[in-house]
Amino acid sequence: MNILETHDVVKQYAEHRALDGVSIAIPKGSIFGLLGPNGAGKTSLIRIITQITAPDAGRVLFEGQPLRPDHIRQIGYLPEERGLYKKMKVGEQLLYLAQLKGLSEKQAMEKLKIWFKKFDIKTWWGKNVEDLSKGMQQKIQFVATVMHEPELIILDEPFSGFDPINANLIKDEILELKEKGSTIIFSTHRMESVEELCDHITLINKSKVVLNGSKKEVKDQFKDNSYAVSFRGTLADLSPDFEVIANKDTKEGLAEAHIRILNNKSVNELVGRLISEVELVSFSENIPSFNDIFIRAVGGEIVGDL
Amino acid sequence: MKNIFLVFKREYLVRVRKKSFILMTLLTPLLIAAFYGIMVWAAIGSFENELKSIQVIDKSGLFKTKFKNDDNTVFDFKDEPVATAQKKLKDQEDKLLVLIPADILQQPGGLQIYSDKSVSPLVKGRIERIVQQEIRNIKLTKAGITQAVIEDANQNVDAQTFNLDDEGKSQSSSTMAAYIAGYAAAFLLYIFILVYGAGVMQSVMEEKSSRIIEVIISSVKPFHLMLGKILGVAAVGLTQFLLWAVLTFGITTATQTLFGFNRFTAAQEVVDKQTQNADPELKKEMEKQQTGMVKQMNESMQSLQSLPLTQILLCFLFYFFGGYLLYSSLYAAIGASVENQQEAGQFMFPIMMPIIAAIFFAQLSINQPDGSLAFWTSMIPFTSPIVMMARIPFGVPGWEIALSMALLVLGFVGTTWLAARIYRVGILMYGKKVNYKELGKWIFYKG
Repeated sequence: MNILETHDVVKQYAEHRALDGVSIAIPKGSIFGLLGPNGAGKTSLIRIITQITAPDAGRVLFEGQPLRPDHIRQIGYLPEERGLYKKMKVGEQLLYLAQLKGLSEKQAMEKLKIWFKKFDIKTWWGKNVEDLSKGMQQKIQFVATVMHEPELIILDEPFSGFDPINANLIKDEILELKEKGSTIIFSTHRMESVEELCDHITLINKSKVVLNGSKKEVKDQFKDNSYAVSFRGTLADLSPDFEVIANKDTKEGLAEAHIRILNNKSVNELVGRLISEVELVSFSENIPSFNDIFIRAVGGEIVGDL
Repeated sequence: MKNIFLVFKREYLVRVRKKSFILMTLLTPLLIAAFYGIMVWAAIGSFENELKSIQVIDKSGLFKTKFKNDDNTVFDFKDEPVATAQKKLKDQEDKLLVLIPADILQQPGGLQIYSDKSVSPLVKGRIERIVQQEIRNIKLTKAGITQAVIEDANQNVDAQTFNLDDEGKSQSSSTMAAYIAGYAAAFLLYIFILVYGAGVMQSVMEEKSSRIIEVIISSVKPFHLMLGKILGVAAVGLTQFLLWAVLTFGITTATQTLFGFNRFTAAQEVVDKQTQNADPELKKEMEKQQTGMVKQMNESMQSLQSLPLTQILLCFLFYFFGGYLLYSSLYAAIGASVENQQEAGQFMFPIMMPIIAAIFFAQLSINQPDGSLAFWTSMIPFTSPIVMMARIPFGVPGWEIALSMALLVLGFVGTTWLAARIYRVGILMYGKKVNYKELGKWIFYKG
């Protein structure tokens, strides 16, 4: 079951086509990584999902229904560019934002009490936002995003501006929200957090989806059937069935090599061949990191922020 | 609808609680009261001068009995040579020297006044009047006209004006009252549109530059946000007007009760003081003038009540909202399109132009409320609120008001639509230098 699907979504800004036939499917209960270089169209897509703008063509389905204005209440959105009313008190501001999301003042009050206790920020209630540090403001904003218990939470670079301790706190919250059944769209440039958190990813480049699928599917797609080997001894040429990509000695009398399997040979055949030549110490499959995948999929272009 | 109300409520509460709002609202009536108090005090106080002595050298010998002493002034006739008197003046023994030449009847320009400081216009006027009056009397008497005839010929004319209403009954009116009411209403509208229109722009810019806009706009439609904001600011303005009216009335009433005088007796007191101090010749003239003035003031007060006050008030509310909605939505569009005050400047000019032009047209229209300039500028929605308010106290045909109102409604629906189109694109647009061409494109963006 997908909580959100887009079908061939197109968004045109004057001469610039921001989205060109974008189709994604976000499984319910997953953490969905929305990746892509700057200017690829991620924000345009998010703005369509949050109904800030409408697509020029294509369909967006929320829980199988065409997107409607009242779906807004089931969506929480933390934009990359954060901001709050500077001259407004923290508590009043959160109550206001909660009411805009359709909560009654009483409901909002109850939810906020829980969050203020959880983050241990009760003393902030009567403070003006401008008197809080940037990290504190980020926390407030995170609360504002999730306090109405949305089913779909969209987080655009949620960790930027947090110190490692608070970043961990937010990460734990994200995982907890997932436990409770929320679906999270996670847009970021930080590949290590994608590695850690995401179940599914979609990579958008130049207004088009270039990569899509579960974490395993995507990684499988980028595996080049190569293996990392460390051993003692000297490795001879293994062609034509195997190709040694890299081979170098390390300090403790060990050598390391990357070997690709060619001609539909099996892993066992490679191991057999290696055992006959050298003393094998370790053997593992090369699984590409999202960082590699990202760079390869985007075509080796220089990508900002990486 | 609920969201418009939430936005409205926030905008209103945040603004009303601002220190600057509270300060402005409380201080303005105090300032008005203080100003009023100073005016009354100055009017009464300025006539309680110290005793003044004026030296007169009258070579013609005609004016001995004409300069009369009173509480404040003593005229001292001297026979000494001019040079001696001038020296005394220089040595600061005397303060003021009047020199009347022997041939004053033939050469009226020969009258001279010397002083150590510059001569106050009041004193100068008084001396001139006495001399002039006497010369005229002498000349008229020589021509064979008696004193009685001269006095009889001194008549003041004060025209009373009437408005004929539909039933042909005449109604006393004062052009003055209409003038004041018209100008005050027009000016209030002008100030309000300028100040609160800019307020809307500020508020939009604040949301954009603090970047909260993206969160807000994911829960509220841009149009609803804009509308809630505009209405919220309007409510703040109305609150301020209301508080000003109540406070000003309260403070002036309190002051009056405290000091035990009332506006009209105070004015009468001033008149009494002035006439008391003047010489009898002047007194008569002044009394005539002053009673004329008081009469006119009272007349104005009465005819202010004779003005169609309910109509003026209702029209004021309508034009207030119409004009404000028309302009504030444009201000909101500017606020959404720019990222800082400097950028806003270039777009504000074309919006302020018609507002400033309107107050200018209103001034012209007051002098000619039925002219064609007055007619056309009170039809065009960009100037009509201000110009029409200036005209209404003079009486404007019903169909003109209806047409002007209908056009204004069309006008603000149009500008609000246009502004909303620009607003919804502008608020999410960062890092782009905006020009008119760009704004034009935004209007045609879809969804």
